[in-house]
Amino acid sequence: INHIVHNGGLYKRPFNEAFEETPMLVAVLTYVGYGVLTLFGYLRDFMRQWKIEKCQNATEREEQKDFVPLYQDFENFYNRNLYMRIRDSWNRPICSVPGAKVDMMERVSHDYNWTFTYTGRVIKDIINMGSYNYLGFAQKIGACQEAASKVLSQYGAGVCSTRQEMGNLDKHEELEKLVARFLGVESAMAYGMGFATNSMNIPALVGKGCLILSDELNHASLVLGARLSGATIRIFKHNNMQSLEKLLKDAIVHGQPRTRRPWKKILILVEGIYSMEGSIVRLPEVIALKKKYKSYLYLDEAHSIGALGPSGRGVVDYFGLNPEDVDVMMGTFTKSFGAAGGYIGGKKELIDYLRTYSHSAAYATSMSPPVVEQIITSVKCIMGEDGTTIGRARVQQLAENTRYFRRRLKEMGFIIYGNEDSPVVPLMLYMPAKIGAFGREMLKRNIGVVVVGFPATPIIESRARFCLSAAHTKEMLDTALKEINEVGDLLQLKYSRRRLVPLLDRPFDETTYEETED
Amino acid sequence: MDVKSTPSYLYWLFCQFELITCSYLMEPWEKVLFYSFNLAMLGLLLYTAYVCLAFHASSAFQLLCSFLGNPRENSLSVVK
Repeated sequence: INHIVHNGGLYKRPFNEAFEETPMLVAVLTYVGYGVLTLFGYLRDFMRQWKIEKCQNATEREEQKDFVPLYQDFENFYNRNLYMRIRDSWNRPICSVPGAKVDMMERVSHDYNWTFTYTGRVIKDIINMGSYNYLGFAQKIGACQEAASKVLSQYGAGVCSTRQEMGNLDKHEELEKLVARFLGVESAMAYGMGFATNSMNIPALVGKGCLILSDELNHASLVLGARLSGATIRIFKHNNMQSLEKLLKDAIVHGQPRTRRPWKKILILVEGIYSMEGSIVRLPEVIALKKKYKSYLYLDEAHSIGALGPSGRGVVDYFGLNPEDVDVMMGTFTKSFGAAGGYIGGKKELIDYLRTYSHSAAYATSMSPPVVEQIITSVKCIMGEDGTTIGRARVQQLAENTRYFRRRLKEMGFIIYGNEDSPVVPLMLYMPAKIGAFGREMLKRNIGVVVVGFPATPIIESRARFCLSAAHTKEMLDTALKEINEVGDLLQLKYSRRRLVPLLDRPFDETTYEETED
Repeated sequence: MDVKSTPSYLYWLFCQFELITCSYLMEPWEKVLFYSFNLAMLGLLLYTAYVCLAFHASSAFQLLCSFLGNPRENSLSVVK
């Protein structure tokens, strides 16, 4: 399904993204399941209140029972009645490096997940389909680890200061120059925490009187940063360029709500790869819109840097665009580089401004030196400057693994969301019992997966999210696919009706409410 | 899992029922409560069906017999 003709030749390669609609029977049965669990939740709450059953969750003290209730809202109800029943699929403790295979500590619960005890046994060599290890740099041997341990013996682990005071090491300067060269921008700045990069820097860039246009499914860090800034926030439908254009037109024509003055700044917040859907942003169209309506673009490449593009330089490289068109390029070092932290890249004036006015630069401790060295070594490896072709081989291996895995899962008949080239693969589960069952059955077969349910996704669209890695060999993927096939047959997860639904490409007007055509 | 043999197929169907109605996640006493409620409802449904259907079936059979028994009396009076 090519969109090349429709969008005036902006795309140099086909853009294949699909979100298959939920089958009606599955949706009805999911609601039935949630209805039964809700009834039993009310029954258990009744028993806990009338002391028929021991209350093991947090409640108010006796003296506070007449105050405004703290735990009566839906989130707390969901937490104690639904989440507790399947809690053993999350927070599993691992005890080795999270590479392609990982060791996990076994734990059991004798009171239905309220408390856990460790049996003492370690489950070895679980195929890791949950870690954000896209290029396989989470290793305990190799060039990165040797360089990091040398720097650790030279600089120590702690920095004990903020960037503006005494925490600016020569390693940080080296890192920032390298990141700027890697991205193709004038200058870059690195921070110790990826979440804090977003939430602390957006308030420094926009304020009251500015407009933020943010995608429906943006990450919590972007939402928090936008809210902290005090700017007006308007939401456009996920990856829908017609919705974005309508909002931009309204903003330019009508201006600020009461005074009708023009907006001081319009900032568009998008992500490179959306981690819950596996979709890739339509960057050529966003940049064309940005130029037409003279607004600024903030691109959060947390999952796409290192994972997309022929040379691993992210979504800008994937579409073959000019990095100078994106005003603020943000990313994290957590996913593809095997370290921790985030960066912002852009024009020199912008980065110099952020060095002075960002909360993260002024108050947060700077990055630890071994972590900085890990990033430097991995970036050099990806660019090929360490003299080997390991980086290039890993980028290509990840692309091959992605295409192979997605193709095989679709052939088996599962509903898979997202773009063909994204290494994040969400497999739809829908029913609440199948969330817990899938996690447990896959662990029995020695495969570790991440299952996601209500607060992170809409309540009926729960999913299992696979993160592919360049460290996965074809044999590991084949083993994993065989087990997924078996579990899919056992739990009846193959919902796909194999009907390709074309994406909405006609002009967006007030009468279109749904993404899919009827 | 051998889908062909009937006992394991029935067990697999029961597992699907457990997954769909989320009784897979319930504690044993909750399962007992849920299944007994379901069986009670099913029993009531079957009993009501038996009683009502028996009545409706017998009255329908009578109507049919009356049609077959007296063709001229009933149909000609309706036509006129």
